[in-house]
Amino acid sequence: MVDAATGAAGISVGARRPSLHKLFQRKSTIAFLMALPLILLISLLVVYPAFYSLHLATLNKSMERFVGLGNFEFLFKRQTFWMVVEQSVLFAVTAVVFKALIGFFVAHFVHAIPSKGQRKWRGMLLVPWVIPPAMSTLAWFWLFDPSYSAFNWIFTKVGLGTIPFLGDAYWARFSVILVNVWFGAPFFMIMYLAALKSVPEQLYEAAAIDGASWWQRLWYVTLPMMRNIISITVLFSLIVTFANFDIVRVLTAGGPIDQTHVFATWAFKLGIESGDIPLGACVSLFMLPILGLSAVFILRDINKRGNEA
Amino acid sequence: MGGKKISRRRLIGTAAVAVAALGSPPFVRTSHAAGKLTLGMWDHWVPGANDALRRLVDEWADANRVEVAIDFITSIGNKNALTARAEARARVGHDIMAHPTWQVAVHHRQLEPLDDIVAEVEKAHGRYAETAMFLCRFDGTWKGIPAPTGTHTFPMVSRLDLLKQHAGVDLQQVFPAARDQRKKDLVEGWTYDAFLGHAEKLHRAGRPFANPIAPTGDGQNWLAPLFLSFGSVMVNAKNEIAVDSEETRRALEYMVRLAKFMPSDVHSWDDASNNDWLVSGRGACIFNPPSAWSAARREKPEIAAQLWHHDTPRGPNGRFRACLPYFWGIWDFARNKSAAKELMRFMCGKEAARRLVAASQGYDLSLLPSFLDFDTWAEAGPPKGTTYNYPTRGDETVIVAGYPAPAAMAADIYNRGLITQLVTRVTQGAESIEKAIAWARRELEGYVRG
Repeated sequence: MVDAATGAAGISVGARRPSLHKLFQRKSTIAFLMALPLILLISLLVVYPAFYSLHLATLNKSMERFVGLGNFEFLFKRQTFWMVVEQSVLFAVTAVVFKALIGFFVAHFVHAIPSKGQRKWRGMLLVPWVIPPAMSTLAWFWLFDPSYSAFNWIFTKVGLGTIPFLGDAYWARFSVILVNVWFGAPFFMIMYLAALKSVPEQLYEAAAIDGASWWQRLWYVTLPMMRNIISITVLFSLIVTFANFDIVRVLTAGGPIDQTHVFATWAFKLGIESGDIPLGACVSLFMLPILGLSAVFILRDINKRGNEA
Repeated sequence: MGGKKISRRRLIGTAAVAVAALGSPPFVRTSHAAGKLTLGMWDHWVPGANDALRRLVDEWADANRVEVAIDFITSIGNKNALTARAEARARVGHDIMAHPTWQVAVHHRQLEPLDDIVAEVEKAHGRYAETAMFLCRFDGTWKGIPAPTGTHTFPMVSRLDLLKQHAGVDLQQVFPAARDQRKKDLVEGWTYDAFLGHAEKLHRAGRPFANPIAPTGDGQNWLAPLFLSFGSVMVNAKNEIAVDSEETRRALEYMVRLAKFMPSDVHSWDDASNNDWLVSGRGACIFNPPSAWSAARREKPEIAAQLWHHDTPRGPNGRFRACLPYFWGIWDFARNKSAAKELMRFMCGKEAARRLVAASQGYDLSLLPSFLDFDTWAEAGPPKGTTYNYPTRGDETVIVAGYPAPAAMAADIYNRGLITQLVTRVTQGAESIEKAIAWARRELEGYVRG
């Protein structure tokens, strides 16, 4: 009996060991363990603050009382809020469209440069993207400076009038979009360039044999081959541009008369500068459904095309 | 195990001494204070002013055997206010924190009562200005105390030569560097109506008056007194929205006329733009503390020699000047409250104030009227006595932008730049006065949210 019991125990221990060993040998377990530090980091720096801001958004102004969705209800009745929504959409969509277009065409030009000289062009064109945006925006601020604008100095020298780049609402909107496009276009350019290089040369050769024009080659060969990368870069840029803070903050601080505020700068103004943290949290959370929906639609499209392929 | 036996009586006695030692506060008044003390101070514009503050604090620290660490935090980008907010949220940070204008109102629930210090200071030096009480006293308790550095007002700074040449005004005669030499009729004539005429002449001469019409500190600190001098308030002392008034309409009509004689880019100016404007020689006058004059002394001494600080114009409701006071507060989570209070007592003395005023070239003002008689302002120059009228010497009432609204509401009016936005709408946005007032009323209704 004793032997039998020992034998049974031995079998059970022996059976557990290989299963644990097997578990640690599984690819998914190793992958999970390797990703664990990142998961913990994201939980700490993203998930926790996100849930905390959800909690903050449900408190009253002095953060002493639970008000449920009262802050959102209040926000939806504010004229300034809807102005900020409109401006954020205008800012993000216009900037992303121009970044994508400029990036696409510049990528084509760079792709056409012989590979020997291409590297220095790629490096030079990436410069706006690698400079910290707060710093480069400060340089733009000096170019647009109300009193000592370098642009206005040139305009005056050639006999043109001065432009209130940051003082007039429309010019100020133009200026923040321009700086955002200047900063973000190189990212599109480098992504599209990488995509262009991966398009098989045989496709162009076949198209040329069929007598396709430059436009037809672009439309029927290049664009379909780049569709996924275009979707991903547009999505990524849309998220980043919607959440932009530094360019607007440094250039106009949301002015004049709040007409260049985007969600992040207005949330900062309300929550941090004016001490209404719950309302600021509400404004920043408002971005979440917009960006979430765009991500769902764009990624669904990419998946669909992936399955078709 | 053969240790010495302790009697029951001795054990109780030793325990009582130990309990008494543990229970008593670590720091008591006077030279028994010790340990560490951390200060979050405003980073002064005037070179050398931070050093003077540090020297004074070190003198006190050496005498009291306290280890003091000072962090000078800039107000550029509201960094000092943001730091205070972060400390209040985290409930950890400096023992003493310098708070600009409205921030005591924002944090008063987390600040230690300072009634005892205020009582001692007022007993020794007279009462603090009304502004201090308005901004620091909540439910009958002082939660902050006027700081020895940082407080400044916004007088006009004008070019003596240009005002004389183009507007025919001798500012040294109207606002001399001696209180008893003022002539009442000349001062009475310095009104907003008269100033509009001067602004037009200066504009025609190509050396206009200019100041920001933007939600910056300088923008608010000349427009708030202007509105009050026309009798316009955004929210009254009973916390009722009062922007929709004939007085506001008159103030806005005045601003529409005045803005025509100002540079068109003032809507995008920041707090440095008006200083640059005056120092560059392009403008004739601005509203500003003496920092523009200090900068001109370094960069353009010939322009500095023509700058004169003087009273603001008078309106139908009186003459007002904005003040941007700084206060010191002790967090309720501070680790060394008794030492912090001791330092405050020391820094509230007249000798400390005299040394700090001298080090800041007269920039720092006290909210104790008895501390405004130092020689620094009368001796400053060239031109000699240029900052004499920087502390108010005449009939100006010193206010803070947002006054007379209750502190929490006034803080919102100031922090969101309501008055400057209202003016911008009619002067640059080409909105009608009625539409702009309706916008301001709606905004104010939003601030009332509890």
